[in-house]
Amino acid sequence: MTHPTLATFRPATTEPDWMRRILIGLVIALLTVLLFAPLIAVFAEAGKRGLAFALQSLTDPDAQSAIRLTLTVAAISVPLNAAFGIAAAWAITKFDWRGKAFMITLIDLPFSVSPVVAGLCFVLLFGANSAIGGWLVAAGHPVIFAVPGVVVATMFITFPFVARELIPVMTEQGRAEEEAALTLGASGWRIFFTVTVPNIRWALLYGVLLCNARAMGEFGAVAVVSGKIRGQTSTMPLMIEMLYNEYLSVAAFTMATLLALLALVTLTLKSALEWRFADQLAASSRH
Amino acid sequence: MRALAFRSPSPMPGWGLSFGVMVLMLSLIVLMPIGTLLLRGAHIGLGEIWHIVNTERVRAALALSFRASLIAALFNLVFGLILAWVLVRYHFWGKRIIDAAIDLPFALPTAVAGIALTAIYAPNGAFGAILMNTFGLRVAYTELGIWIALIFVGLPFVVRTVQPVIEEIDREIEEASATLGASRMRTLRKVILPMLTPALLTGLALALARSVGEYGSVIFIAGNLPLQTEIAPLLIVIRLEEFDYNGAVAIALAMLAISFLMLLAINLIQVWSRRRMGAA
Repeated sequence: MTHPTLATFRPATTEPDWMRRILIGLVIALLTVLLFAPLIAVFAEAGKRGLAFALQSLTDPDAQSAIRLTLTVAAISVPLNAAFGIAAAWAITKFDWRGKAFMITLIDLPFSVSPVVAGLCFVLLFGANSAIGGWLVAAGHPVIFAVPGVVVATMFITFPFVARELIPVMTEQGRAEEEAALTLGASGWRIFFTVTVPNIRWALLYGVLLCNARAMGEFGAVAVVSGKIRGQTSTMPLMIEMLYNEYLSVAAFTMATLLALLALVTLTLKSALEWRFADQLAASSRH
Repeated sequence: MRALAFRSPSPMPGWGLSFGVMVLMLSLIVLMPIGTLLLRGAHIGLGEIWHIVNTERVRAALALSFRASLIAALFNLVFGLILAWVLVRYHFWGKRIIDAAIDLPFALPTAVAGIALTAIYAPNGAFGAILMNTFGLRVAYTELGIWIALIFVGLPFVVRTVQPVIEEIDREIEEASATLGASRMRTLRKVILPMLTPALLTGLALALARSVGEYGSVIFIAGNLPLQTEIAPLLIVIRLEEFDYNGAVAIALAMLAISFLMLLAINLIQVWSRRRMGAA
């Protein structure tokens, strides 16, 4: 369509010009209504009564406590899940054993469990009425309605992210480089840090990025286990719900703006990784 | 003998550590919690679970969750296919931004999506007012609102499973089809679509599994009226708040059973598509 001389000779492997225009128009229209408008609404609603008013709501001690808790929970759960992802990818891609496919299905399990059901599982496991929970409460370390519960629920929800990104990448890369290092006498950790890590670093960063975005934004599972105690177990998404239900719209949307900005930063970094290091990411994340 | 061994011998280091960390963390974070839920279910008993699930309010919530998820996933199946096609085959201004924006529902926390969609589609919101005044259509606080939220949440799945497959299509197949006299529409329908079907179904199943359990983005826009706009995950939360743990467990197990069947279906689809495409 950019070559005027060829305009009348449409290649057999494309659609007619009018059809392309309709499809592109349809896509842009629907995405505007479904994606872009809600995103803009977050910023617009937050700024309804001016920037100063919006920023004022963030100085509230409960709001600051929620921001601190969200950062703390992500700082604990994301590195632990990254460690799990690396270990699982190593065990699955560097060795041959029976039941790998079943193991991958188990790792993927949290993706098909409702966040609310995940929260319920932890309430049953660690709640004051359960054997483990009763003992923990007696020992002065409650999990449910406390920060540890928020951490484990977040870990459950974000559990597959890093493993899912690393396993296909490491399968594709094979074992030849590690085996070469092994025959040259390198130790296990040396092989890992000098051979494997440089090969998987961008895929690892990609997985960590998605894991972190989900960890900071998790709502359903955390809502169930945290008890939503203001200033203690309320994360940013829970604070948004409470403020919204109290008709403190500007405060709710200001808090939401912070998380929307996090989402935008995540998407930008993710796209940058996809464009720059496409060959080092899992096939499903290259476009 | 070797075929019976759990693991083939390998000189590669780190087996014990990596396998140990994997199994330990998987057990602690995923298997033990889910196991507790299943044990509790076994303790309650199948008859009692059926008794709890087979009440008007629970039936309505489960039916709503699955109906709305199916409608949203089918919408995303069609829209996602068009979107993936447009993104791979056409060139237009702003394409890269749109490609990056597809993943917004993955990156944007569900609570943020929930209040944002409500703000827009509420009767006094930007789109809600237009729909209300011109068509008399209420979106927020009705089942229509639940559809919108679930369409938002499930949007990336079909696009992201189909997009790589479209990129891999060999144009020569389309040329061959055209040389043999097929119209463009016929080529799309008879040649391209069958190649995309396995990926489309996978994307559909993923979107469905996600939508059925979705909570955060739905509860703000749904209105949450029992028997009308109360989704199953919300009913679990309500039961928990009433300390009716058995009630919560029964609904959760009903949902989990259906989700697990979906996971199984995804795996079967993948096996089937691999066989059909003749790949290893």
